[in-house]
Amino acid sequence: MSAPASRRWTPPPLIRNPYLRYGLLVAGLAYLVAGVLSVPVDWARVAQGAERSARLFGEFLRPDFTSRWTDIQIGLLESLTMSVVATVAGVALAVPVALGAARNLAPLPVYLLCRAYVTLVRTFPEVVIAIVFVVMMGFGPFAGLLTLVLATTGFIAKLLAEDLEDIDRAPLEAVRASGASWAQLILYGVLPQVAPRFVGLFVYRLDINFRESTILGIVGAGGIGATLTTAMSRYDFDTAGAVLILIIAVVLALELLAGAVRKRVS
Amino acid sequence: MPVTTRVTPEGPRRVWHRHTPQERLRYALGWALGVLVLALCWRLIAAQTTWLFVQDAPRQAGDLFSRMLPPRWSYAPTLLRPLWDTLNIATLGTLLALLVATPVAFMAARNTTPHPLLRAAALLIIVVSRSVHSLIWAVFLVYLVGPGVFAGVIAIALRSVGFIAKLLFEAIEEINPKPVEAVRATGGSGLQVLTYGVVPQVLPAWTGISVFRWDINIRESTFLGLVGAGGIGLQLNASVNALAWAQASVIFIAIFGLVLFSEWVSARVRGAIT
Repeated sequence: MSAPASRRWTPPPLIRNPYLRYGLLVAGLAYLVAGVLSVPVDWARVAQGAERSARLFGEFLRPDFTSRWTDIQIGLLESLTMSVVATVAGVALAVPVALGAARNLAPLPVYLLCRAYVTLVRTFPEVVIAIVFVVMMGFGPFAGLLTLVLATTGFIAKLLAEDLEDIDRAPLEAVRASGASWAQLILYGVLPQVAPRFVGLFVYRLDINFRESTILGIVGAGGIGATLTTAMSRYDFDTAGAVLILIIAVVLALELLAGAVRKRVS
Repeated sequence: MPVTTRVTPEGPRRVWHRHTPQERLRYALGWALGVLVLALCWRLIAAQTTWLFVQDAPRQAGDLFSRMLPPRWSYAPTLLRPLWDTLNIATLGTLLALLVATPVAFMAARNTTPHPLLRAAALLIIVVSRSVHSLIWAVFLVYLVGPGVFAGVIAIALRSVGFIAKLLFEAIEEINPKPVEAVRATGGSGLQVLTYGVVPQVLPAWTGISVFRWDINIRESTFLGLVGAGGIGLQLNASVNALAWAQASVIFIAIFGLVLFSEWVSARVRGAIT
């Protein structure tokens, strides 16, 4: 084959504009160099870490469930109960916000207010919100519960509002044409259309809330995170390993549950 | 559609119900069980709560806000370096995760995996990485490599590998098999099938997932400092411990700005590729 080099086929580039393409590439490389150079790495400390990791993983492979079982049990129960109550309360509170944040159902001022609330709540990470609640409510699972409730309202309201905006208009008009009130419109025209997604979101958020509840203990807001950090600071790696295995097991179980429920309702 | 006959003064009337009696019984039992679980959970939390502190909360909240306002703006310039560190933790962590997650995803996808055993190993990596929160990874890493930005980068990377690999392998499994067959039919090698048949189909998904995770990582890297893993969380922790709430409010505003920025970037990039 003696085809001229210029006739060779090449795959089309991801970004068509060459200036943008190479500009982004150069900017990206420049950032990468600046970023990597500004991360201080103490290699002596990292080498020491290699030694420590042998010990850490050695102990993790022999998890100790028994010697701190009471602490583990309390932490795990707190995390689970916090997630359940926070999901129920958060979803219940999120429904009116979601109705307000759906452009096709709410008047403009209400819509803007609800959207502002959703943006504000979703911006702050759960742990940061938990710090404030711990200061106000004192240590314990109640502060964690309030954190998760707040985060759940923002999350569910946003996703539910998007579903509400996507609903089919025809049933709405049919219900409205029969002289229904606003409440009846929501109950018979809107609810049946979003109910399956709603159930799916509920179990999805339950899953997320449990994951988040595993770290709230680090700032004193209750749950298994406190048990884990205590074990780590005492160098009880075998207990920390046991906690980690339990967290992974519960997260997996919740994920399977969420998957099964979503498959059933959709 | 169950219809029952009800006797009324005007004679028998047929009434439509949405559910059969068995269905209604099942729903009622389900709701009763749900309420019972909820009540038990609430009892447990209530028992662990010091209600005296909760009653005091409105006063504490008022006190807190009066200390937070006005924000101490003179503190803002000291936050520039921590903000840069936070950005680095998220970005470098995401890049590191991409390097690991991409091959893991190809190993985990049913249609591209070289061997079922490798697939099982890849799925195990994904499960362990995803189930552990980045703050917990950070606790371990601070112990292993010492406090600082480096621990944060690795913690973010470890958490992101599972997330990226999971979404990516699902995208790989959903590709159209026809281009793959076409490349194979022209005699392409395994690598050529991958680069010309599979990669172009998943590249938009790959970009979208990366930016999506980067956006989440910005949010997460703001609090890794709470356990010593670098970023603006270090300043937050120090300010909260010193009860310097006027500084904390500047930090809250900085976090708010950073997260809004990352959401804007992520929305722009995702808008461009779809």
